[in-house]
Amino acid sequence: MSALTDLDIAAAREALATGACSAEELTNAYLEAIDGAKALNAYITVLPGKAIEMAKESDARRRAGEVGALEGIPLGIKDLFCTEGVLTTAASHILDGFTPSYESTVTRNLWDAGAVLLGKTSMDEFAMGSSNETSFYGPVRNPWRASGSDAALVPGGSSGGSSAAVAAHLCAGATGTDTGGSIRQPAALTGTVGLKPTYGRCSRWGEIAFASSLDQAGPMTRSVRDAAIMLGAMAGYDAKDSTSIDTPVPDYEAALEGGVKGLTIGVPEEYRVEGMPEEIEYLWRRGVEWLEEQGAKVKSVRLPRTKYALPTYYILAPAEASSNLARYDGVRYGLRVPGDDITAMYKNTRAQGFGTEVKRRILIGTYVLSAGYYDAYYLKAQQVRTLIAQDFQEAFESVDLILTPTSPEPAFGIGAKTGDPLTMYLNDVFTVPASLAGLPGISVPGGLSATGLPLGLQLIGRAFDEETVLRGAYALERAAGFTAKPDPWWRA
Amino acid sequence: MSVDAATVRRIAALARIAITDDDVPPLVGELNQILDWVDHLSEVDTHGVAPMVCGTDRTARLRADDVTEGGQATDILRNAPDAREGHFTVPKVVE
Repeated sequence: MSALTDLDIAAAREALATGACSAEELTNAYLEAIDGAKALNAYITVLPGKAIEMAKESDARRRAGEVGALEGIPLGIKDLFCTEGVLTTAASHILDGFTPSYESTVTRNLWDAGAVLLGKTSMDEFAMGSSNETSFYGPVRNPWRASGSDAALVPGGSSGGSSAAVAAHLCAGATGTDTGGSIRQPAALTGTVGLKPTYGRCSRWGEIAFASSLDQAGPMTRSVRDAAIMLGAMAGYDAKDSTSIDTPVPDYEAALEGGVKGLTIGVPEEYRVEGMPEEIEYLWRRGVEWLEEQGAKVKSVRLPRTKYALPTYYILAPAEASSNLARYDGVRYGLRVPGDDITAMYKNTRAQGFGTEVKRRILIGTYVLSAGYYDAYYLKAQQVRTLIAQDFQEAFESVDLILTPTSPEPAFGIGAKTGDPLTMYLNDVFTVPASLAGLPGISVPGGLSATGLPLGLQLIGRAFDEETVLRGAYALERAAGFTAKPDPWWRA
Repeated sequence: MSVDAATVRRIAALARIAITDDDVPPLVGELNQILDWVDHLSEVDTHGVAPMVCGTDRTARLRADDVTEGGQATDILRNAPDAREGHFTVPKVVE
């Protein structure tokens, strides 16, 4: 008999609808799986009592005939979303003990749709990282290991707890947030699906801010259909987020079967970066063939400013972060480290409360915003951002979707890149451009590397055209037939 | 452009982050490595280009100018490391 935790969201929805299992049974199965997967370190906080209580309420609603889009579905929530009455840390020491008295809009929407909260997943501290190694709560281990090796690999980041939990079946689906690739890159490294919606599609209210002009929440799931189901529940206008856009939420699941016949897919030559492994090139070509075989037209497109995207991002994101993280001052929440006077208290609190990468980015951000450097760095980067967005606009005049690899390499070893920040930053080379342009992007597992590790393909779409992105992703998923699962070495 | 030890100390002071003498040399190296790399942007001609200040070019919906929240002092103070008598506390700033 297969385990209840083997059911993805769509299958669990069916099992719950037919009465094959209850939300309480399903939730118990996940809590047991989480308990047996401590070696992965995917969750910062597990909430058995709350989860069972929510599951029982869901079962009661179902008996009363009220069935939401995610009724009874157990989810992991990235610890960047504020959850009422539940410890919320952003994986930072500086938020020790922080227990919000309010619920983020995205998680509120999920609970309103009937979902169950299993716990809060780990992440890079304040979402700054591509490997989940900057978490105050220690690195998360990727459920996948290279063939014949037991070396621990990173699950990607910053939503690495969510990606590991989805890949290891420690939740039916999870939330992530993406500022420069933090949903898509960890999805690629764990053989899961990660969708970053258009900027403004999901409310940022109650999501701890990193870089406010880039941050966007999205689903991390085992399948494209599950991503469509979850996005439908997460998205929507919210008066509490001034950048939330008031546009209807379509039926994303209904869009899946549309197929790619008649669509034109763009392949940007600029993404063929130096030193890219042949197996990534090969997968990209396979992706093109898969879409062509299903009736799509494929053409080459130019995105000439691509190579400036990462430097632009590493000015804008730290600048916004230095401003957003000014609020952690030892006065209003979390850690306070005493000092001789108020300034010393601020400085000591922030020195001990923030980790190395967060401090590095705050310092860079403070520098590029400081008097005399603002125009040369910050304004310049905002102007280049305009040009990068224009490149996409021009490309989307002749194509419906853009196909690229998600990440330049498969999962790497824990500790392999921590010594050199720039090497780590390069992991987001394919995901950052769409973030700067505010466009939706999805990562779909395409195959395995020679070492037996998952590789992802990315589709980027027009603003607020998640339906076409999901149609394309569904076609890729069907053609790729990716069914590989990691060997459950972590099971206690 | 590059930073020296004095600049690193100045930006750390602006950012209100305590750093030790031992922290300075590695930070000078790391920040210069990152700044050298972002300096590639100087190649791009941005003359007359408007800065992109937000992630979307759509116009936000305006809400009514009404007071919708308030009176939540207890909730707001709940997470403070040291709150007393309805206030946040800080070390003494006035002698």
